[in-house]
Amino acid sequence: MPPSFGRGVRLGLPYAAAGFVLSLSFGVLARQAGFTFAQALVMSLIVFSGSGQFAATSIVAEGGGVLAAVAAASLANSRFLPMGIAFAPSLPGGPLKRAAQGQAVVDASWALASRGDGTFDRWQLFGTSAPQYVTWIAGTVVGALIGSDLGDTGRFGLDAIFPTFFLALLLVELRDPQARGVAAVGAAIALALVPVTPIGVPVLVASTAALIGLRR
Amino acid sequence: MTIWVMIVACAGVTMVMKAFGPIALGGRDLSPAFNRVIGLMAPPLLAALVVTAALANGEKLVIGADTVGVSAAGVALWRGANVIVGVLIAATVTAGLRLLWSRAG
Repeated sequence: MPPSFGRGVRLGLPYAAAGFVLSLSFGVLARQAGFTFAQALVMSLIVFSGSGQFAATSIVAEGGGVLAAVAAASLANSRFLPMGIAFAPSLPGGPLKRAAQGQAVVDASWALASRGDGTFDRWQLFGTSAPQYVTWIAGTVVGALIGSDLGDTGRFGLDAIFPTFFLALLLVELRDPQARGVAAVGAAIALALVPVTPIGVPVLVASTAALIGLRR
Repeated sequence: MTIWVMIVACAGVTMVMKAFGPIALGGRDLSPAFNRVIGLMAPPLLAALVVTAALANGEKLVIGADTVGVSAAGVALWRGANVIVGVLIAATVTAGLRLLWSRAG
């Protein structure tokens, strides 16, 4: 296994620790929305995406239907489309092998593996995702076990964890001056769209700020 | 039963979205302009996730205890704190403010 896998694991550890707390809050929310322990666990095992799982589960919690929940998760996770397109040229092998490798993409591993020149270190990405998957499952198990006894989780400020997780990733990116301008444009697009579009759409459209790269 | 259907559908949709790019575009070099766009994609995506998660409450923009907690964590992260420290600051400040407000109200 290439050395960049080990580097990826080390880079992923703090995000894995934060992800543990985040998935714990997912486990709690899922139980309060009426999920069984097995359902909360399986969702983390096969979806492995905080934004998608929270989007779908909060709609179930509010009494929404299956279609609405899946639509919300799809929109919340729609950023994996541009992220996968970005990662694609860095993947060797046939279409099936590439598709399988593409499943390893999560936000932190994708952002940290980007070299900033359009290419990605795929082994580093796999390494960063690995510990995050382990703690994602562990946190869900703990949260789903204590979930029904915890009451209102807002009291513990758990909803502030999710944006902070992404803020830490963003600050790494902002060391590059050009990235600051693009980030500001993306944030402005997203805020402008929040009042008029469903959850997830503002983030998807914000990625078009990267088209500034077409100049020059 | 409906929850199981929902879970499997969410997993399927997420899998397809992650697979689309690698299947359609993988294994070949793309133009330098495309690479510049890709190289710039993470900052706006992450910035949009942060501001919507910290400020949006459904379709409304609200400055709440969580906004303050995330901002406090942002200062710590900017000054070099580890992500797990940042996450703990965010949760603690948010929880503390809600406790204060619930006592005051």
